[in-house]
Amino acid sequence: MKVSLFIPCFIDQIYPHVGMSIVKVLERLGCEVDYPEGQTCCGQPAFNSGYWDEARKIAEHSLDVFAKSDVIVSASGSCGAMMKVFYPELFQNTTRHFDALKLAPKIYEFSDFLVNKLGVSDVGARFDGTVTFHDGCHGLRELGIESQPRELLKHVRGLTLIEMKEAKTCCGFGGAFAVKFPAISAAMGEVKCASLLETGADIVVSNDSSCLMQIQGMLQHQGKPTRCLHLAEILAQT
Amino acid sequence: MITFAKDFKNTAARITKDLRHRGLIQRALHSYEVKRDEFKGRYQNWSEARQAASEIKWEAINHLDKYLQEFIAKLEARGTRVYVAGTGDQARDYILSVAKENNVRTIIKSKSMTAEEIDLNEALEHAGCTVFESDLGEYIVQLRHEKPYHLVFPAMHLTREEISDLFQKELGSEPTNSPEELTMIARRAMRQNYCRADMGISGANFAVAETGMISITENEGNARLTTALPKIHVAILGIEKIVPHLEDLALFLPMLATSGAGQPLTCYNSLFGGPRQPGEVDGPEQFHVVLLDNRRTELLADAEQRDSLHCIRCGACLNVCPIFKNVGGHSYGTTYQGPIGSVITPHLRGLQNWKHLSSASSLCGACTETCPVGIDLHHHLLHNRRNAINEKPLWLEKILYGSLVILLRRPWLYWIAGKLGVIFFPLHKLVNGTPLDPLHNWTKTREFPAPARESFSDYWRKKKSAKEVNRGTP
Amino acid sequence: MALPDQREAVFARIREALQRPAPHRHDGHVDYDMSGHSGVEAPPPESDAFRAWLPSVGSSIDDQITLFAQNAAALKADFRPVTSLDEAARQLAVLASENGWKRVASHRHSVASGLAEKLGLPCLLTDAGYAAADLEQCDAAITGCDALVAQTGSVLVTTASAGGRALSVLPPHHIVIARRSQIVPDLASALQLVRKLYAPNWPSFLSFITGPSRTGDIERILVLGAHGPKKLTIFLLS
Repeated sequence: MKVSLFIPCFIDQIYPHVGMSIVKVLERLGCEVDYPEGQTCCGQPAFNSGYWDEARKIAEHSLDVFAKSDVIVSASGSCGAMMKVFYPELFQNTTRHFDALKLAPKIYEFSDFLVNKLGVSDVGARFDGTVTFHDGCHGLRELGIESQPRELLKHVRGLTLIEMKEAKTCCGFGGAFAVKFPAISAAMGEVKCASLLETGADIVVSNDSSCLMQIQGMLQHQGKPTRCLHLAEILAQT
Repeated sequence: MITFAKDFKNTAARITKDLRHRGLIQRALHSYEVKRDEFKGRYQNWSEARQAASEIKWEAINHLDKYLQEFIAKLEARGTRVYVAGTGDQARDYILSVAKENNVRTIIKSKSMTAEEIDLNEALEHAGCTVFESDLGEYIVQLRHEKPYHLVFPAMHLTREEISDLFQKELGSEPTNSPEELTMIARRAMRQNYCRADMGISGANFAVAETGMISITENEGNARLTTALPKIHVAILGIEKIVPHLEDLALFLPMLATSGAGQPLTCYNSLFGGPRQPGEVDGPEQFHVVLLDNRRTELLADAEQRDSLHCIRCGACLNVCPIFKNVGGHSYGTTYQGPIGSVITPHLRGLQNWKHLSSASSLCGACTETCPVGIDLHHHLLHNRRNAINEKPLWLEKILYGSLVILLRRPWLYWIAGKLGVIFFPLHKLVNGTPLDPLHNWTKTREFPAPARESFSDYWRKKKSAKEVNRGTP
Repeated sequence: MALPDQREAVFARIREALQRPAPHRHDGHVDYDMSGHSGVEAPPPESDAFRAWLPSVGSSIDDQITLFAQNAAALKADFRPVTSLDEAARQLAVLASENGWKRVASHRHSVASGLAEKLGLPCLLTDAGYAAADLEQCDAAITGCDALVAQTGSVLVTTASAGGRALSVLPPHHIVIARRSQIVPDLASALQLVRKLYAPNWPSFLSFITGPSRTGDIERILVLGAHGPKKLTIFLLS
């Protein structure tokens, strides 16, 4: 299957190994992976801050970049949701509305693509360790990603999954929210960290790197050794 | 100048540092969640019930003129005095005039957030009336001269020890650690007030258009007493409380109880359709229903956000909101807290002064997920943000996002920016954690990751050219 | 001096506001794209449809009585099925002596006042009017009802069936006398019954009483016995 990758700006610049892991897994499963050049950002920061004209201009570029793709796998649930759920609303009453509507069904979050589009739960991965899963809010509530990551983790040889109590509670990132309301964002992060530490797991895994940035940032600040990995990084290991 | 936004930030910052307070709220809400899930689990199909509730409210709100007219006509036909108030001032003045005309000195009140919204108690007390809040939670915050903390559970931020101290101080009661004993103290204190009050004031949870009745949901029995004994009953409610038919309550009463309180049904769900009718043995001689607009029609006019008027004030969105749980109800500084409050307050009190409530959210969507009438709460926070910026963009942000537009539409410029980031990031060490740090808001409490030397697009380009080289090799 | 009623102005604003159509909710998402709307709205579901979604209720009277009994127990309401009036009178006398009743209250109802008077205690009847202070001194109130709702364990009373508004809520112990024929499955049937019994002369007050009074206002811990009756006893006459 031919798959186009959408690697959001912060994964491109800060967590490229997440993208590399995704490529590894997809190729291992026999997909022909393509990375439409010139992709930059989905436009969510401007959109969430209320600057929809600016967001639209940035998003238009993404509409152009992915115009020829048939299947698009997003490395981030949150950016995937932006394109799939919010682009139609953002482009309402504009000449690109139809393009946005056409794009939406082509977008898949990574774990959803593997389980529901490829029909694969066992990607032949091996990872020794205990892991707890953090559900990124956009993936969970905008895209319905809940069972897919867990299904995939279940089939990883050597891995033990322990659920944390606050798995589905927001980590406090929320984009610009994290720097506009840092005290609240940090308090929410504290609750998340306390919950994951309670499980005693070695690793916290998520399908959203922006969440991992928040969680990793807090854990490091607290001097805690728990590592943070993207789901793809676990699945890439054999 | 202290603005509402600054107030919010200051109070929120204080509460986020108060681990005891946050712990109390987390524990209280956890026990609610367990009960709520238990009773939600008994529904044969919660999501269908929710869809139906949403459709019924859609029907009611989108034909509000028709149903409101029917409601008023049915009430007036049986002797109820209906007053439609355009503003909070008008509602207050009407109730004051009823009190004055009838020489009302003592008033007993059951819980009403609408009355809170218009600062009714202050106006009545200023006019020389004594007002007793009969609902236990409202009574407690009244004695403390505090605003309600949560629109369903006004005193949830207080421990039993704090309440015991309060009762000791204000009522001269004995100290006690038992919630049962504290409740009995309040019961005894309130008993005579029901019998002696000249007027009872209540709110209403629903207004049934078809039969001209208001519906009041409660657990304590104080609303029933407030509306049974005094000679005058005044009910105040927002115009959006309308439901079309009597039997609609068969869906709304259980859903309100389950979502709002984690109960299958609350203890008393009562309907009131008029003053004492001929042949009835008791009940008020006068029944007044005050219907309040107070800018709800502005929210109605916003077709995109009109569904916020579907709200049945259950408080479920507050209970699941991670912001609410960590900043508490008083931080909001306004009558309606939590997600619903953050959506409607900019409409009811002014967008520019209250837009910060819509900004103070990570948009996790837990509120929308839990809302029993399916209001698109977290998306409306986005809509409010957009509306605020369209009205008055912030020049610094406008420049920032304008620059991002230029950058992010030009992949070559974006690539250069990325490389500059890699080059200059090591300098960040020099300012990390200090006020000079441009990332200070992040680095105060979290480490910031360094950008990767090789970006994904670099890696891909290398990979692609390696493939091409391989292909080129015979 | 209060301004005259503002209904004309408010209704004008409502009509003006409703000129713009609002989006519907479909499959859990609001469709902000109004362009595809036919303008024809389906009417909302009616109460008969609710039955399929609310908690299930058995179809036979015996099933419903069992469900009512279970609910009453969970609510800490004292549910007593009895086979005769004499049995009810005997048990009432025991309650009176156990609880030290000195004064009771009731209303002229085929059974309730008869049972009350059999106790041989001073009995206030509300039918001809009463002083609130006198009712406040009564230890128990014995009333009739209109229905028992199996689904919720509720007692339906109106001013007509329970001697007014205050009788069933002011004294600290409320005794309800119900008949087997008054069992209804759910709230919708109870409301339909009210319609059948009373419309168009609706009582000015009706209430669903679901257990003895309670509050959750202190630390969100449920405490029995707030302002309404601390005890609720329900006799079911077969």
